[in-house]
Amino acid sequence: MAIETQPEMAKGSGGGTPTSTASPWWRRPAIHTAIIGAVIGYLIGSLLGSFLTGTGNGLYPNVSLSDSKDWPIVLGYLFAIVGWLAGLGVFNDVFRQVLGRPANGNGLPEHEQSGLARYFRYSLDHKVVGLQYLVGMLIYFCTAGLFAMAIRTELLSPTHHVFSSQVYVEIVGEHGTMMMMLMTSVIVGPFGNYLVPLMIGSKRVAFPRIEALSFWLTPCAFLILLSGLLLGGFPFGWTGYAPLSIQATIGADSYAMAFGLMGISVILAGFNIIVTVICYRAPGMRWSRLPVFVWAMVSTSFLFVLAGPVLVGGMYMMLMDRTAQTAFFEDSLGGSNYLYENLFWFFGHPEVYILALPGFGVVMEMLPVFTRKPLFAYKIATAGMIGVTLLSFFVWQHHLFDSGINPDMRPLFMVTTELISIPTGFIYLVALGTLWKAKIRFTVPMLFGFGMLFNFLIGGISGVFLSDVPADTTEHGSFFVMAHFHYTIMGGLIFALMGAIYYWLPKMMGIKLNKTLGLWHFWLMFFAFNFTFLPLFAVGMAGQPRRVFEYATNLTGINDWVSISAFFLGGSILIFVINFVWSTVIVREREEGNPWQSRGLEWQTASPPAPGNFEHIPVVLSAPYDYGTKDAQPVADLNPPAGVLSAAIGDSEPVRAEA
Amino acid sequence: MAAVVGDQRPAESAGPNHGLRIFLIWLPVALAVDLLLYFVYGPHMPPGTMSTSAASQQFDIKVMAVMAAPVMAFVLVYAAYALIVWRRREGDDEDGPAIYGHTRIQATWITISTVIVLSLAAFGTYELAWPGFAGAGAGEGPAPIWKPTSGGPPLQIQVIAQQWRFTYRYPQFGGFETNILEMPINRPVQFNVTSLDVIHDFWAYQLGVKADANPGVNNVAFTTPRQLGSFTVRCNELCGLWHGAMFNYGHVVTDSQFMSWASTTETQLASVTAMLPPYSTTYDPTVVPNINKAMAKAGIAGANGYYYPPNDPVQP
Repeated sequence: MAIETQPEMAKGSGGGTPTSTASPWWRRPAIHTAIIGAVIGYLIGSLLGSFLTGTGNGLYPNVSLSDSKDWPIVLGYLFAIVGWLAGLGVFNDVFRQVLGRPANGNGLPEHEQSGLARYFRYSLDHKVVGLQYLVGMLIYFCTAGLFAMAIRTELLSPTHHVFSSQVYVEIVGEHGTMMMMLMTSVIVGPFGNYLVPLMIGSKRVAFPRIEALSFWLTPCAFLILLSGLLLGGFPFGWTGYAPLSIQATIGADSYAMAFGLMGISVILAGFNIIVTVICYRAPGMRWSRLPVFVWAMVSTSFLFVLAGPVLVGGMYMMLMDRTAQTAFFEDSLGGSNYLYENLFWFFGHPEVYILALPGFGVVMEMLPVFTRKPLFAYKIATAGMIGVTLLSFFVWQHHLFDSGINPDMRPLFMVTTELISIPTGFIYLVALGTLWKAKIRFTVPMLFGFGMLFNFLIGGISGVFLSDVPADTTEHGSFFVMAHFHYTIMGGLIFALMGAIYYWLPKMMGIKLNKTLGLWHFWLMFFAFNFTFLPLFAVGMAGQPRRVFEYATNLTGINDWVSISAFFLGGSILIFVINFVWSTVIVREREEGNPWQSRGLEWQTASPPAPGNFEHIPVVLSAPYDYGTKDAQPVADLNPPAGVLSAAIGDSEPVRAEA
Repeated sequence: MAAVVGDQRPAESAGPNHGLRIFLIWLPVALAVDLLLYFVYGPHMPPGTMSTSAASQQFDIKVMAVMAAPVMAFVLVYAAYALIVWRRREGDDEDGPAIYGHTRIQATWITISTVIVLSLAAFGTYELAWPGFAGAGAGEGPAPIWKPTSGGPPLQIQVIAQQWRFTYRYPQFGGFETNILEMPINRPVQFNVTSLDVIHDFWAYQLGVKADANPGVNNVAFTTPRQLGSFTVRCNELCGLWHGAMFNYGHVVTDSQFMSWASTTETQLASVTAMLPPYSTTYDPTVVPNINKAMAKAGIAGANGYYYPPNDPVQP
């Protein structure tokens, strides 16, 4: 793959240079036209569904056997998605190219005006998409967090109910699904898209349209999932086990549609990052010099691309069962609920590593900067992440140890599951080795990094208990499991996310976050988190199953303690939101240059970088972690002499960047 | 492990032997935690020792905890030491030493973690396959491969789950159906777990039995009760609105108590049993409405086969 040496942006292949139109803002496609498109699309789809299956005058009245309105809802959602994308202008340039006309150029970085409006458009600048993702993900996270507060409010008392069981089960489903599905790209979306090109010395991503599309599907998925509440919610948590999900009323369509859509979004995001890293590394950016964060993004992207299709397939089959009256998962009609469980967990287990690897990447990227040392055993770090990626596809049946499926396969899945703690242990080897004789700087992002390592240690070791069949027979499906994965995801991924925000927001926005509020945020979040979830291991061991709204009265005290800690945890997130809004909207204190004295290539450009990232394609000279060497080479030559690039590329020969 | 941890760190520069210090802090901590875990907390660990499978799970959790605690203690002791000793001092803007790796330490780490992990997996497999524990109380599906070998032929109890109740059938006593779960002590029990609608999970907590109830599937789990008393049964798989309220209690009684209860109940319910579908490992849920009618005619309450009794809300 040839390396592009010229400053280049996405171009229409229809010939001619892109032309920019200067229409007034309300006539340019943006979020308001997208909403109009979605509403129109929903009405069309809904009417079509009613027309096809309506009783009496419908064309196919026999498919309305399910005596619910699944067809109008599903077709309404489908057409709403298409309308949303059409309203955004996703298809405009595509059709222009089909017709042989020059691309409009809307959304291309060099044609975008600066200012807020571009963040509400289908922008093809990876830095705009990164910030869109960041704000979007924070909104989704906080919404799902509010549902968690509601769950803990209900669990204050075993007998006195704040919500009805109907509302409670809706809340549990919305919280779990929103967290697991939308948080899938919580680091890859904002930081992967924003930083990967900067870290590998590229001016662009490989597929800007696909990248932008991957973001603009997430608000769709979010709104569709939330709309489930208007349709009566879904009573089956985030796993959607059939046949409960087939039995459920129309709210379940929102679950299947939103989850499937998010699956498509992560597949698209994954392809873009994989191709970008393989094909768009700057000269000298060998695989052995690739920042460890980029390795995390690549391995996560492979998980996206390989696990995502299974999810989309499973959700499609669920929708078919619910609408077209197929029977993939209905035992009495010849299907099997095990099929769904296998499909779901074949996606679902890689998914939990999707939610772990980016966190490792962030923390290992910050460690050398704040310990002022090279990363200990760089190759072990990459081997750990690749090992987790590979093994994650061979462990899914440990979720089904009690389900009655394949008892003879249990020893195998026990071994594969426990093997995964070896590559995970590599990450700890790297972290502990890097701390050896370091000069640790306790900045806010590094504190979150240490918090992540602490929490993930507990989460990971409790996972070993769950991998063992006899121990799992006690713990499976109880609050123990729930505490375990909150330690790995909330304590791991979300702590890393917070660290990443404090670390890279100065880069992405050129703005400093308030340090005092940051310290308050960290310490409150760290203690509240551990006070919330550590007791839940004991609650689970004492026999409280997940997702119940009534529990044994002797567990009231400990559940109250957990609920109150959870409210403090919510309060810590509130501090973060206040800090974020205060610092980026009200105070806007500029952060110039390289506040952390990092050697990372992304810090060698302006903050925030100009639309093309680098004026010239940089030539990478050394690894990003050469701290502690007195006369270390600079990480890259940002203004390479004219002849260097062509010499490096060897004229017309395709260049393999790894020598 | 101990011998290796001691020289786990490079000592290329002068100064205190940090590795030895960390080792000396870690060793007593790990020993103390392990002893406390095994001897003090161990006998009280959930799920107790009410049955063979519960005892197997308790022993397993105990061993895992004893293995995990030193690992966790090492990481925490090392990290705490590092954060205290190797923090940046005021005014020191120097970089740390340029250490890129250390082959012997890396090899040691990988070896130790591999050995721990593989031995845990071997231990778990042994526990699972050993006839005394017989599948550790987990549901083994319709064709169980780990069965109890002693204690005589198992007592068969069928667990029929539905939204949101458990009912039990005793095929060796004419196949009567009741919502009371009783079993004799010291005799192997074979639970045949199935469902009439969605996936449930039969979790007899103190008994250490957990098996998913799948529609159309017979999921078999074994245990042998060792103590008299009652235990909790909860549904452990989200099954809809009243999942949280789907529980009841079972009892382990003496052999004679059980025999008298079972034969009395068999006689009492004979007329109802005649109306039930013949005992089978799975049931077709479409026949349930007929059972409802039959049982309503006989004035039978209990699990009574109604999917949604009138006082429950409409199923979502």
